[in-house]
Amino acid sequence: MRISAATGRILGRLGGAARFAAVVAFTFLGLLAITFFIGRVVPIDPVLSVVGDRATNEVYEAARKAMGLDRPLVVQFFAYVWDVLTGDLGQSISTGRPVVQDLIRVFPATLEMATIGILIGVLLGVPMGVTAATRQGSFSDQIIRVLGLLGYSVPAFWLGLVGLAVFYAGLGWVAGPGRIDFFYDGMVDPVTGLYLVDSLIAGETEIFWNAVSHLLLPSFILGFFSLAYIARMTRSFMLDQLSQEYVTTARVKGVPEWKVVWRHAFYPIRIQLITVIGLSYASLLEGSVMIETVFSWPGIGNYLTTALLNADMNAVLGATLVIGAVFIFINKMSDVLYRILDPRAR
Amino acid sequence: MTRPLLEIENLTVTFPTAQGPIEVVRNVSFTLGRERLGIVGESGSGKSMTGRSILKLIRPPGRVTADRMVFDGIDLAAQSDRQMRHLRGARISMIMQDPKFSLNPVMTVGAQIGEALQTHRPMARSELQARVLAMLEAVRIDGPERVAGLYPHQISGGMGQRVMIAMMLIPEPDLLIADEPTSALDVSVQAQVLDIIEELVSGKGMGLILISHDLNLVARYCDRILVMNSGEVVEECVASELANATHPYTRGLLAAMPRMNEDREELPVLDRSSWATGAGT
Amino acid sequence: MAVTYRDWLLDDSPSSRLQAGLGRSYRVSMALARNPLAVAGALIILTLILMAAFAPWIAPYSATGQDLTNRLMPPSAQHWMGTDELGRDIFSRIIHGSRITLMIVTMVALISAPIGLVVGAVSGYFGGSTDRIMMGLTDIFLSMPKLILALAFVAALGPGIENAIIAIAITAWPVYARIARAETMTFRDAEFIAAVQLQGASSTRIILRHVLPLCASSTIVRVTLDMAGIILTAAGLGFLGLGAQPPLPEWGAMISRGRNFILDQWWVATMPGFAIILVSLGFCFLGDGLRDVLDPKQENKQ
Repeated sequence: MRISAATGRILGRLGGAARFAAVVAFTFLGLLAITFFIGRVVPIDPVLSVVGDRATNEVYEAARKAMGLDRPLVVQFFAYVWDVLTGDLGQSISTGRPVVQDLIRVFPATLEMATIGILIGVLLGVPMGVTAATRQGSFSDQIIRVLGLLGYSVPAFWLGLVGLAVFYAGLGWVAGPGRIDFFYDGMVDPVTGLYLVDSLIAGETEIFWNAVSHLLLPSFILGFFSLAYIARMTRSFMLDQLSQEYVTTARVKGVPEWKVVWRHAFYPIRIQLITVIGLSYASLLEGSVMIETVFSWPGIGNYLTTALLNADMNAVLGATLVIGAVFIFINKMSDVLYRILDPRAR
Repeated sequence: MTRPLLEIENLTVTFPTAQGPIEVVRNVSFTLGRERLGIVGESGSGKSMTGRSILKLIRPPGRVTADRMVFDGIDLAAQSDRQMRHLRGARISMIMQDPKFSLNPVMTVGAQIGEALQTHRPMARSELQARVLAMLEAVRIDGPERVAGLYPHQISGGMGQRVMIAMMLIPEPDLLIADEPTSALDVSVQAQVLDIIEELVSGKGMGLILISHDLNLVARYCDRILVMNSGEVVEECVASELANATHPYTRGLLAAMPRMNEDREELPVLDRSSWATGAGT
Repeated sequence: MAVTYRDWLLDDSPSSRLQAGLGRSYRVSMALARNPLAVAGALIILTLILMAAFAPWIAPYSATGQDLTNRLMPPSAQHWMGTDELGRDIFSRIIHGSRITLMIVTMVALISAPIGLVVGAVSGYFGGSTDRIMMGLTDIFLSMPKLILALAFVAALGPGIENAIIAIAITAWPVYARIARAETMTFRDAEFIAAVQLQGASSTRIILRHVLPLCASSTIVRVTLDMAGIILTAAGLGFLGLGAQPPLPEWGAMISRGRNFILDQWWVATMPGFAIILVSLGFCFLGDGLRDVLDPKQENKQ
C-alpha cells in the first residue's frame, strides 16, 4: 500500500518535471519568437540596415541572400532557433566580436551587482516585513509601508544619480562609477569574472576593498527596490499567517512569542517567500539596465544600452535573449521549488 | 471545602467597532472546581470569547475586564505575558474547534505534540519521542509511530481532533477548555472524541469547560451547565435538572430540540421577545 | 422635499441603470473620501491633469525658450527650480512635461487595457482549447522582463514618443488579460449569463455587454496601480534617449540632460525626479485606496 503510494508520488513528480520542462521550452520558444519578430519583422528592411542605403542592387541582393531573407519566414525562424541553440547570436557591429563572447565577458559584472543587491534586499527586507506584521500600525509598520510605496515610485536611474551626488561627490563615502579604480584595471586575473572573488583568489585585499567600495552604492540602490518589494510581500504574508488558528494553537500551548512568530507563522511562508525572492532577483537583472547606465558599470545592461544607441541589433537581441532567458528560468524555477518544498503539495 | 480551581467574577470583553464599543461578554461570573462545566449558547453568544479570555488570548483592540479572575490561587489579571506563557499549556489548555485550521500545516503531528511538552519541560529527544507516542496511544490512535510522522492534511478530521487532544493534554494541565471540539467533525466520530476527552479528564481529576452550541451534548458530558445569550449568563443549573430550567431562552432552546418518537410537525422557532431586555440591542 | 438626492443615490432598489451606476460611484467616492492617502492621491492626479490642461497659463516661462545669459542658475525667486544648461526655466518645463506624462499613461491605458480585457474575457468565456492557447501566449508575455522587452521594441521601431507608447502597451496588456479571465471564470456559469444565452444573444454581445462590464472594476484598480510602473518605464526610456526627443520637456529626458551637471548643479537632474516620484506616488495612493474599496481580495497579489 505505502510502496505504491510512494511510487505514485515519484511518478507524479517525474510527470511534473516533464511538464515543467515543456513549459520552460515553450516559453523559451516564445521568447525566441518575440526576439525574431523584433529583429526581422519590425524593422522595415533589415538588409538596408546592414548594407546602408548607398549600396548597389547587386550588393543588396547578395546581402539579402547571404542573410537568408529570401526564404519563407517560417524557415527563417527555424534557422534562427537553430543558430541560437548552437550558440550563434551573430556579430556585434560595435565591438566586431561575436555577441556570445561579449555577453560572457560582461555577464559576471551584472551577476555580482545583482547578487549583492538581492542579499541586501532579503537580509533587510524579510526581518522588516516580519516586524511590520507583528506590530501592525506601529511606527516601524508605517516606515515599511512608505518604503514599499517609494519602491514603486522612485526611478532607479534618478536614485542612482542622487546617490552618486550625495555619497560619492558630497560625502566621499564610496567610490564613483565603474567596477574598480582605473589604475587597478587588469591587475587581477579574471577567473570567475566576479571582482570580489577574483581579488581574494589573487590575495589582493586592497583591490578587494576597492571593488567593495565601487559595488556598495549600486548594489544598495538595487537592493532598495527588492527590499521594498520583499518587505511588503513578507508583511502581507505574515499578517495572513498571524490570523490563522494554528498560530493561536501555538500560543495556547505556551510557546514563547518569538517562536510563535518564526516557527509557526514564518516557517510556513518561507516557500512563498522563495518565489517572491526569485521574482525579485530576476527583476534586479532587469533593473540593472538603468543602474549600470548611471554607474558606467560594464555589465549586460550597459552593453544593451550602448548597443541600443548604436543601433547594433544583433547585440540588442542577444542581450535581450540572455536577460529574458535568465528571467524566465528563475521565474519558473521558483514555481517548481514551491511545489517541491510545500508538504501540502506532496 | 478545597478552594475552587477557577473563579470568575464580572468578566466583560469589549471590542471597539465603527458604531462604538460592543460588549461581546457582559458580567459573566462562575466558579469551577475539578468538575465538568458546560457553556451553551448560539454562535455569537460570547461563549468562545469567555473561554479565550481565561487564557488571555484576546488581542488588542479587544479588551478584557473582570473584578476577579483567579486560577488556583493565581490572579490571572495580574499576570504578565511571560507569566501567562508558563500557565498556558502547562496548567490551562484549550482544544480548538477545527483541526483543519488549528493544526500547523507544515509541521508533522509528532513535532507539534512534542513542542507542547518540550516548551514546559525540556527533555531528551528519545524521552520526548516516547512520551509523544504514549500520548498518541492514549487518544486511541493506531500505529502512533506512523501517525507522528504525518502532516495534518494527511489525516482525517476525527484523527486530527484526537491529535489536538493529545497535544493539549500531554503537559498534564489542571484545566482543559474545549471550544466546540466536535462541531467540525462527522457525527459518527463526535461521540468517540468526546468519550476520549471525558475519560482522560476524569482519569486525571482535571477541570473541564466544554463550550458548545449543542444542549444535548453538554447535558450528557457535564455536571453543571451555564446558558449564555448575547454575552450574558441567563441560566445556571445542574445538568440533571436541565429539564426544570426557568429562563425563557433555555426553555426555548429545549423546546427547539428534536426528540425521539415525537409527532411535532415543525420544531418551534425561538421567540426572542420574551427575554429581550433594555441592555440588548 | 421628502427624498433627497442622497437617498435617491443610495436607494437599495434603483429603478434605472443610470441610478444604479451613479449610486455606485457615489458609494465608492464616499468610501474613498474616508481614506486620507487615497484623497491625497486623487488630489495629486487632479493637480497633474489641471497642470497639463492649463500648462501655458500656469508656467511662468516658455518650455523651450532659451536664455543663455541665465544658464544653470540655482533655484531662486525668479526660477523656483533653477534653470538648465540652455537657461530654460525648469519649473516651466516640468509643468509642460506633465502633458507628455499624462498623454503617455492615458495612451498606454487606452491601448493595453482593452486588448487585455478582450483577450481575457474571450479566453475565460469560451474556455477549452481557446483558453489554453490564448493563456499560453499571455503567460509567455507575462514571464518576459517588461523593461527589456520595451527597450528591444523601441530599438526596432526607432526612438520616439509614439513608439515608446506602443512598446510599453505591448508589455502591459497580459496582466489585464489574466485579471479579466479570472473574473470571467467566476461568473461564466452564472444564471444571468445562461439567461442571456437562452434569449439567443450572440457570444460577441454577451462578452461586450455582460462580461466586460463586470471585469471593469478590478481592471481599473490594476490599471491605476500600474500607472506608476508605466510612468517609470516611460521616464526610463526617455532617460536612455529612446522616448520623447529633445527639445520636448519629458521628465526622464530632462534627468538625462541634467546628468552631466549632477555634481555641481544638482537641481537640473533632481527636480524632474521629484515630479516623477510625486505623480507615481499619487497613482499608488489612489490605486491602493480603490483596491480597498472595489476589490479587497486582491490585497496580496502583485
